Amino acid sequence: MAVETGTDRLVVRGLHVAVEGLEILKGVDLEIGRGEVHALMGPNGSGKSTLGYAIMGHPGYEVTAGTVELVDGDGRRHDLLAMEPDQRARAGVFLAFQRPMAIPGVRLADFLRHAVTNVRNPQRREGEELMAMREFRGELKAKMAELSMDPDFARRYVNDGFSGGEMKRAEILQLAMLRPRFAILDETDSGLDADAVRLASESIARIGGAEMGILIITHHEQLLEHNTPLRTHVMLGGRIVESGGAELAAELHKRGYERIRASYPEAAAAERDLGDRQAAAAAV
Amino acid sequence: MTTAATTTLAVPGAAATFDAGALEHLIGAAPLPDWATQRRREAFAALAGSGLPDRRSENWMRTDLRLFRREAWGLRPRPAAGAVAPAGLLAAAIAGGAGTDADGTAAATGPLGGRLVTLDGHPLQEELDPELARRGVRFGSAESLLPEIGHLLRDHWCTVIDPAADHFAALHAAFHRASAVLHVPRGVTIAEPLHVLAAIGDGGVDTSHVLVVLDDGAEATLLTETAGGGAAGSAGGFHCGATEIVVGRGAFLRMVNLQNWNTGVWHFARQRALVHENGRLQWTLGALGSRLSHVAQDVALVGRNASAQVNGVMFTEGRQQLVYNTLQHHQAPACRSDLLYKGALQDRSRLVWRGMIKVDKAAQKTDGYQRNDNLMLSAQARADSIPGLEIEADDVRCTHGATSGRVDTDQIFYAQARGLSADEAARLVVAGFFQQVFDRITIPPVRDALARAIGSRIRRLS
Repeated sequence: MAVETGTDRLVVRGLHVAVEGLEILKGVDLEIGRGEVHALMGPNGSGKSTLGYAIMGHPGYEVTAGTVELVDGDGRRHDLLAMEPDQRARAGVFLAFQRPMAIPGVRLADFLRHAVTNVRNPQRREGEELMAMREFRGELKAKMAELSMDPDFARRYVNDGFSGGEMKRAEILQLAMLRPRFAILDETDSGLDADAVRLASESIARIGGAEMGILIITHHEQLLEHNTPLRTHVMLGGRIVESGGAELAAELHKRGYERIRASYPEAAAAERDLGDRQAAAAAV
Repeated sequence: MTTAATTTLAVPGAAATFDAGALEHLIGAAPLPDWATQRRREAFAALAGSGLPDRRSENWMRTDLRLFRREAWGLRPRPAAGAVAPAGLLAAAIAGGAGTDADGTAAATGPLGGRLVTLDGHPLQEELDPELARRGVRFGSAESLLPEIGHLLRDHWCTVIDPAADHFAALHAAFHRASAVLHVPRGVTIAEPLHVLAAIGDGGVDTSHVLVVLDDGAEATLLTETAGGGAAGSAGGFHCGATEIVVGRGAFLRMVNLQNWNTGVWHFARQRALVHENGRLQWTLGALGSRLSHVAQDVALVGRNASAQVNGVMFTEGRQQLVYNTLQHHQAPACRSDLLYKGALQDRSRLVWRGMIKVDKAAQKTDGYQRNDNLMLSAQARADSIPGLEIEADDVRCTHGATSGRVDTDQIFYAQARGLSADEAARLVVAGFFQQVFDRITIPPVRDALARAIGSRIRRLS
C-alpha cells in the first residue's frame, strides 16, 4: 500500500463564523503547510482576528459552516472544530493574542510549565506530574537568553501590569517554549515601537523554520522583514478576496486597500454592511 | 422533655442539652481549679438569662439561625476506646514533611514540638517535646495544665473574651472542655510548630477553648484545626469555641486557625488577641467547612508599637454560609494592623465579612489597613463586604478596600489556548487569586494545605 507522504497542513474550508448572531466570516478558505509563512492582511474589522479565535476555539465565536482540519503528512485528518481549545493547543495549534489576558497571582513560569507539560504530553490529565522543575527551568532560561529577555521576567504574574510590549514578548516566549506545528500571530507587532517590532520579527524567524507553519496577521510590513511570506492573503468583508506573494504585502503596505475595495465591490459592500450593523448593535 | 432525655441516656454523664445537670456533671468529671469552676458557674448564670442572638443586632443580622435548634446539642460521652479522630488537613501537610515555597523550591518543615488531639470534647492524644518542657514550655489540655500552672493563666483564662458577650459566648464559657493551653515563658523561642486538632464524629459536639500566653520576648507557632462532623443533611455537628491569645512585650506568635468541619456542622467561635508593647502577631484564619459559621475575630493592640497581620482564606460551596465580624482595635500609640481576607465562593454559598478598625483617642500614629477580596465562581453565590472605621485619634493612617469579581471566561480561554484544560485553568486562576494572601503566610505547609484543599474543591465554573 502506498503511503502518501507530505508535510502537515492546517486546512480551512468555507468557514463561516458568527459572533453574537452577527456573521463575521463568510466563507474563508486557507491552507498553510508546516514550514510556510503566510501573511494575513486587511482593514480593521475585516475578520482577521475572528479567524484566529475561531481556529483556536473561543466559545464566543460560533462556527456556522465550514471545516478546520489538521492534516498530517500521512493524510490523517483531525477535526479541530470538534476539539476543546486546550485539545487544539495539544494538537499543535498556537494563537498569539493581540490582547493577552492577565492572570494575577500566577507566575509566568508556573503557567508555562503547565502549558509545556500538557502540549508535550497531550494525553496528560490534570493532577499528573508536571515536567521536571530542573529541566523546565533550564530550558526556560536558555529560551529567554536567546530572546534577550531578563530571566526575572518569568517570575512576574502572567500579563499582570505588563506594558503592551512586554505582553507581546511574553507571547513570543510562550511560542518559543511550546513550539507548535501551526502558529497564528495576531498583530504581534501592534503597540510596539520600530526597534521592538524588529526584535519581534527576528525572534519569530528564529523560532519558526521548517517545523512551524505561521500565519502572521498584521497591518504592517516590518514584522515580515525577517519572515518573508510564501503567500499573502487579503481579507475584506469576511472573505479572503486575493492571495499573492510577498510583493502583495508590500503593495498593501504602501498603497492601502483602495485597489482591493474597487476590485471586489461585493466584499467592500459586505464590509460596509457589517460596519453599519456593528454600529447599530453598539448603539442599542 | 429535657430532663427525660437526660435520664434516658445510658452513658453516665452524657447530658442531652447544656443544662444545670450537665454543668454539675462536667464540673465533677473534669475538675478544674476552684477559680476556673467559679467562672463556669458565672457564665452559666449568664447563659440562663440569654436567648439566641437577635437578628436585629448588627453582628447577627446576616446569620440565619432559623434552623438551629439549641436543644439538639449537649456534651457528648467519651468515645469508645480505640476511637480515631478524623484526619486534619494541616496534620497531613505537616506529616508530609516538606512544603513548597513560592519559588518552587522545597522548604523544610521541622518536626512538631507538640500535639493535642481531641474527639467530641475528650483528649485522645497529648504530647510535648521533652526538651521544650525542660525549657519551661507548657502545652496540652486545660484539664491537665490548669491545676499545674493555674497561677500563670488565671488572669487570662476566660477573661480576654467577655463570657457574657452573647448566648454562645456564655455557653462556651460554662461548658468548655478538652481545651488547649500553650504557655511560653519569658524569652523562650520555639522553632517547631505546635498542633491542635479538635475533631468530632457525625453529630458530635466540641466546646474546646484555646488559650495562648506568650510571656515577654517569647516566640511560638501554634496551628489549630478542626475536622469531622456530619455532612449537610446528616446529624451534622456543633462547635462553640473561643480562642484567647496574649502576646507579651516583644513576643512573636504565628497563629493559624483552620476550620474544616464537614458541611453539616454549626460553628460559633469568638477569637480575641491582646498584643502588648512591641509584640507581633501573624494570625491566619482558614475556613473551608461547616454548614454555618459565625466568627468574631478581634485583635486588640494594647501596647505601643504592637503589630498584627491578619490573613483570611475562605472557600465556600453548596449552601454554606460563613459570617465574619473582625475588629482591629488600636488602643495604644504607633501600632500597625493589616487585615487581608480573601474568599472564593462556589454554588449557592454565602460569605459575609464585616470589618471594623477602631482607633482610640490614645492611639496616635496608628497605621491600620483592612481589605476583603471575593471571587465568585457561580452566579448564585453571594458575598457581602462591609468595612468600617471608627477613629477618635487625629494623627492616624487608616484605609480599607473591598473587591468582588468573577473568573473571566476570556482568562479561561487564554489558558486553554496554551493547553490547560478548563478545570485546570479555573483552578489556576483561583490559586492566583489567593496567592497574595498565601505570600503573607510564612508557614509553607499551611499555605500548601490550603492551596491543595481549595484546588480540589473547585469544579467547572457555572
